[in-house]
Amino acid sequence: MSDKTPILELQNVDKSFGPIDVLHNISLKVRAGEVLCLLGDNGAGKSTLIKTLAGVHKPTRGTILMDGQPVEFSGPRDAQEKGISTVHQFGGTFPLMSIGRSFFVGVEPTKGWGPFKVYDRKTANEIAVKAVQDFGITRIDDGDRLVGGLSGGERQSLAIARAVHFGARVLILDEPTAALGVKQAAHVLRIVNEAKRRGLAVVFITHQVMHAMAVGDHFAVLIRGAIAADFRRGEKTREEITDLMAGGETMADLEAQIETYMASHEGHPPPPAQ
Amino acid sequence: MNAFSIGQFVRRPEFGAVLSFVAVIAFYVAFGGVSLGALFGAASWVNFAANLGIVALPVGLLMIAGELDISIGAMIPAGSMSIAILSGYYDLPIVIGMLGALAFGVLVGLANGFLAVRTSVPSLIITLGTLVAVQGLVLAGSVILTAAASVPLDAPAWAKTVFGQLILGKFQVIILWWLALTVIFGFVVHATRYGNWIFAMGGDEVSARNAGIPTKRLKIALFVLSSTAASFVGMCGAILFNSAQVSGGMNYIFNTIVSIVVGGVLLTGGFGSVAGIFLGALTFAVVNQGIYFTDIDRNWSNLIIGVMLMAAVLMNNTFRRMALSFVPKKKK
Repeated sequence: MSDKTPILELQNVDKSFGPIDVLHNISLKVRAGEVLCLLGDNGAGKSTLIKTLAGVHKPTRGTILMDGQPVEFSGPRDAQEKGISTVHQFGGTFPLMSIGRSFFVGVEPTKGWGPFKVYDRKTANEIAVKAVQDFGITRIDDGDRLVGGLSGGERQSLAIARAVHFGARVLILDEPTAALGVKQAAHVLRIVNEAKRRGLAVVFITHQVMHAMAVGDHFAVLIRGAIAADFRRGEKTREEITDLMAGGETMADLEAQIETYMASHEGHPPPPAQ
Repeated sequence: MNAFSIGQFVRRPEFGAVLSFVAVIAFYVAFGGVSLGALFGAASWVNFAANLGIVALPVGLLMIAGELDISIGAMIPAGSMSIAILSGYYDLPIVIGMLGALAFGVLVGLANGFLAVRTSVPSLIITLGTLVAVQGLVLAGSVILTAAASVPLDAPAWAKTVFGQLILGKFQVIILWWLALTVIFGFVVHATRYGNWIFAMGGDEVSARNAGIPTKRLKIALFVLSSTAASFVGMCGAILFNSAQVSGGMNYIFNTIVSIVVGGVLLTGGFGSVAGIFLGALTFAVVNQGIYFTDIDRNWSNLIIGVMLMAAVLMNNTFRRMALSFVPKKKK
């Protein structure tokens, strides 16, 4: 947290698919122990930006820097090895596998030797359960339970714990709270704070301003592939951010209208449009 | 955790298969007047189960991995024709014939695997293509080379001992192969990391690839395994019966799929077990062959198979739901 060099930085990145420009001149920085919230409406280019960060797409122009050094990712595996982990809304976990097995997919602990190398279920379960519990999800205490039996929030937490356990330095969370209820979302937000406390750089993608405000240190609003606003915590109110995302004043106007109506009608909301 | 518990057992994929197996035998005993001694002493259904089971194991793994291979229907006669043409018609050493049969299996498996990995065509369609293509190739090839659709084969004694003898005059030696392969498959799938990869691939292929699993290589290997296993069954048949025909084998397609699904494997992948596949083949064989031991008319057997398949699938769905919501005792 002490060094000011961002772990991951984009400098003037453009991305186009053939003649279609999707990202224009994106510059972003994420430092260790900091949460960068990427806000944007559907179609604003959020997923393209994530995929560029995660090594799926190569930028058409501009540079990606890690620890101040320019890097080029040959693919998502390469980005992952350099410490960039993406957790998708439901991805990274397998509903019909046990927690322990799911946690260690691809890097299973084994015991024994030669052709008799055996998957070490006990160790895997212990490590997986401990990793998740360290993040405050104490309800998970049996590594043999199937992942599909967990709640959406617990599955997200499992995926985040997994990424952190395997040495992620930058955590990209793609709409982690989108499909969750209020309580579950709070769960995930707590996990995000814990990851931040451990000195990870977190890129948090969402279109729920409330969730972003709860954890974000730094905000960037994406509109039609360009950064429309870039500000730090406390510099803008929720209303201002919502308006920015909607691309204008419409939301505030609408809310103001409703509020005036309610003030003059003893607190009743306006009847639905006929 | 090591102690046996009903809860633990019910959530295993093979639980439904155990129930089906018991239910089918109970049904035959109750309604068909089967004597258990005669049924368990008989070889016909065990032989049937072994031939089916050797193919069902790798095809079941493919299904767990989210793929399907129906070209096995053509690979069984292809395996027997390969060895019969090479070692019977051309009189080459039997080892050459065996290698030829297995190599043909590997080749077709590679073709299936590469097509499945390189294209986005569902493997059902790809293997349907290779199924018909291999059938044509085997028929045309054998007519061109030998001018016949059936070729005799006289295997030396050691080959018969290992691949095609009858133990006690009625049990095919392939039963031992089936048991051995079940143990090996069971070990690899449930005890090693490769098994974990197969389940992960069937659960969510993209996430599995992101987690660093070589999904393409694994998929190709599984396709090679299934068509080679089918070719192996055909080869053993030719050695046992001293001849090979270009036809036959098509029944295996549906028989394997039914026994795998009865064995508790999820058709869409990600769930199943080797023990379940083993029991599924056994159950299918009891229904199919055991009916000869009953007073029930043979013509009813397909009806029973159909009903059993439906019941097994419904049961397996229920058990899978139970498995998902299962929390072992202990305090919360």
